[in-house]
Amino acid sequence: MTSAPAILPERGIADRLTAIFWRHPRLLLFVLLTPPLLWLGVVYLGSLLALLLQSFYSIDDFSGVVKEEFTLKTYAELFRAQNLDIILRTLLMSAAVTIGCAIIAFPIAYFAARFARGRWKAVFYLGVMLPLWSSYLVKVYAWKLILAKEGIITWAAEGVGLSMILNAILAIPGIGGNSLSTSPMGTFIVFVYVWLPYMILPMQASLERVPNSMLEASADLGASKAQTFRTVILPLAMPGMIAGSIFTFSLTMGDYIIPQIVGTSARFIGLAVYQLQGTAGNIPLAAAFAVVPIIIMLIYLTIAKRKGAFDAL
Amino acid sequence: MTAAVEFIGVSRHFGPASAPVKAVDGVDLTIAEGSFFAMLGPSGSGKTTCLRLISGFEKPTGGAIRIFGQDVSNVPPNRRNVNTVFQDYALFPHMNVRDNVAYGLMVKGVDRRTREARAEDMLALVKLDGYGDRKPAQLSGGQRQRVALARALVNEPKVLLLDEPLGALDLKLREAMQDELKALQMRLGITFVFVTHDQSEALSMADSLAVFNEGRIAQIGTPAQVYAQPRTRFVADFVGSSNVLSPDVTRAFGGPSKWSSLRPETLRLVPADGLALAGTVTTIRYLGANSRVSVNLLGTEVAALLPAGQTAPEPGATVGLSFDPTALHVMDEA
Amino acid sequence: MHSDRASLGLKIAAVGGLLFLHLPILLIFLYAFTTEDKSYQFPPPGLTTQWFGVAWNREDIWPPLYLSLSVATIATFIAMILGTLVSAAMARTSFFGREQISLLIILPIALPGVITGMSLRSAFSIMDIPFSTWTIILGHATFCIVIVYNNAVARFRRLSGGILEASADLGANSFQTFRYVLLPNLGTALLAGGMLAFALSFDEVIVTTFTAGQQSTLPIWMLQELVRPRQRPVTNVVAIVVFTATFIPILIAYYLTRSGSETAGAGK
Repeated sequence: MTSAPAILPERGIADRLTAIFWRHPRLLLFVLLTPPLLWLGVVYLGSLLALLLQSFYSIDDFSGVVKEEFTLKTYAELFRAQNLDIILRTLLMSAAVTIGCAIIAFPIAYFAARFARGRWKAVFYLGVMLPLWSSYLVKVYAWKLILAKEGIITWAAEGVGLSMILNAILAIPGIGGNSLSTSPMGTFIVFVYVWLPYMILPMQASLERVPNSMLEASADLGASKAQTFRTVILPLAMPGMIAGSIFTFSLTMGDYIIPQIVGTSARFIGLAVYQLQGTAGNIPLAAAFAVVPIIIMLIYLTIAKRKGAFDAL
Repeated sequence: MTAAVEFIGVSRHFGPASAPVKAVDGVDLTIAEGSFFAMLGPSGSGKTTCLRLISGFEKPTGGAIRIFGQDVSNVPPNRRNVNTVFQDYALFPHMNVRDNVAYGLMVKGVDRRTREARAEDMLALVKLDGYGDRKPAQLSGGQRQRVALARALVNEPKVLLLDEPLGALDLKLREAMQDELKALQMRLGITFVFVTHDQSEALSMADSLAVFNEGRIAQIGTPAQVYAQPRTRFVADFVGSSNVLSPDVTRAFGGPSKWSSLRPETLRLVPADGLALAGTVTTIRYLGANSRVSVNLLGTEVAALLPAGQTAPEPGATVGLSFDPTALHVMDEA
Repeated sequence: MHSDRASLGLKIAAVGGLLFLHLPILLIFLYAFTTEDKSYQFPPPGLTTQWFGVAWNREDIWPPLYLSLSVATIATFIAMILGTLVSAAMARTSFFGREQISLLIILPIALPGVITGMSLRSAFSIMDIPFSTWTIILGHATFCIVIVYNNAVARFRRLSGGILEASADLGANSFQTFRYVLLPNLGTALLAGGMLAFALSFDEVIVTTFTAGQQSTLPIWMLQELVRPRQRPVTNVVAIVVFTATFIPILIAYYLTRSGSETAGAGK
């Protein structure tokens, strides 16, 4: 049975190509990487560069035509009071949404990570995953229905006699308004709802890494439940919380659909970008506005990285 | 007798040329056709890299490899008539056992009826008849290993490579498989090359072996040669945990002023009645068939094997050592 | 452990949170049957199924639906090819620039959509590229690559590297190894990635508004209806269609990968 040759003959082009890839492994890597890198490099990085380039152009005040000359004039415009207002409002909303998400997400993530077993584990996983992926616009629309003046919340508040409280909330200056669907309060609720899954998943992941033995050790050492929670569980959930906050913060900052549909006419960065490039036709200023979230996120990511948030992603 | 595999000054360096990691460094090696050859060494000694150089998953950075006289520098793994039993078996999880075994024949274009019949024959050879429809996940570790063996052998390779083939099995199964592998090799007459870090496995199965250390071959020979006449301190210590004696101690034992090796089983404990070779018992390790007694002698720990049934001395007792002077193997290393 | 059971308060908060995530969607379904089409009155004054018929006959819904389907299909197709290629390259080998490439893949989805959208818009403006179906696809495929990549690379990591070597060892050339060993083991992960990419693309609105010009995808049509409502229940019917078109692929993706450690969709 050892009569066969030690080296088998080459059969056709497939064998020849195999041999070439074997002799030059970098060639295979090159062949694999070239199409995706060309795409991402040209389409995506190219576009980001175009964005940066546009932000250094300016618009002619009289003709409304884009002047393709390098200038910092457009960036200077960002510091006008009304534009600073937009940036500040966006940051405040992003921070509020992030905190709101963290508070609501924690019990869900904690329960799913520590107590849900078997079927319930799957229920919780799907229960968070499906809203994460299901249609964004449909979710926003659902809240338009809920928060409308004639909608279910007003109806329910009347039904249980809490209209007073609802009206009191709506009367608070700064967050209230004519109805929930036209108030900053409403915008906040919808943001929290839409980005909540992005907070739950990383939080759950980091909580799942807390070994039970560590909690037992804390109990053995005489810590009360509250102490265990404060000194052991919360710090260990922190990296997941920071990872989640990257999403909630960044997504809120860039969104322009939700404030358009639910809320006052007060502008956020996303909305400003959208309107400036569209109706106003001021692409340079829109581009400069779009650079703001990039810079804020870069700062945010640098801090998060130091806190070890990326291990929880 | 032809050489199944030849290494001529083969090196495999990783990393930058300025500071390379020399996984294999200038290895010369000839493996005779039909032999059961072992590559023995600690982890990181280069033995597995050598195996991968034969199969073609690594390419030498220097030197040449010949398989049955043919240079394989430009031959990719799929055209080398050499098959491997991988350490983790690497069975295809999506195929049943029969398709796993028939895979090599399928990619060579053998028709379904023929290859399935051959696969069944091979499964019978490794005593797995009737397991063809199972998935690898449904098999035990020992059974998976047999499938891996059948999958390699169905191709009638000129050389079969085995990478730590028994490492994942428990002791009893391992001993049974050692016998089976040996029997299979004798029956098929295929050259087996296997890699192991277990010296007893290498000694019992191989008819010749190479001891690897730091990318080089420390010694090559039959198990008896390597065991009785280790060439270096490393080989003496790694194969059979010999007593490695420094030149000074060797002189005290009546040898020349050179490093030497003295096997523990050649040493006998005698009453210490004024002999030059006397020392203090430090530890006693009970091994079942015998006990390993460590004696501190001239500042060196020397181990002796005490057959079961003899009364062991207490730690701290003074004992004498006697041995057959021909057992003292003096090494070339100064 | 002083209690292996969750306290009642925690249970209520957790289940309440889950309900908070799901109940609002139900209202979409309810309002599709209301007889009131001028406001979002609750409870609906009456129920009817007429809006499904009305939606079916609305001429302005079909072109956006068709556009959304074709964009999602083509973008998914492109993303599957590019995502598979890059995951194959990234899975095993380490090479100079690997970290940078992985960042580049994730960036389109890590940065807010408005940035991706505005960037593409800037590039089209600078290069005088007119808006078309292809400008939409360009954007969608870009952020879908990472979805396919995430799924494929997780599976690559789980695959025992040995099986590819084993295949070559047994005499298979690279193409045979790809077809008989790699593809069968990667298949479900790729399919799951494709499903999620389709769902993501079909539903995308933020980037699309910057790249669509005068054309409308179904989400853009919906957005216009939200800003300036006409027959509100018709919008709900369309919302149900969009919801279903994303929900079903997600469920399929989940079932394709649930046995593995890398269940799809854990990271969007």
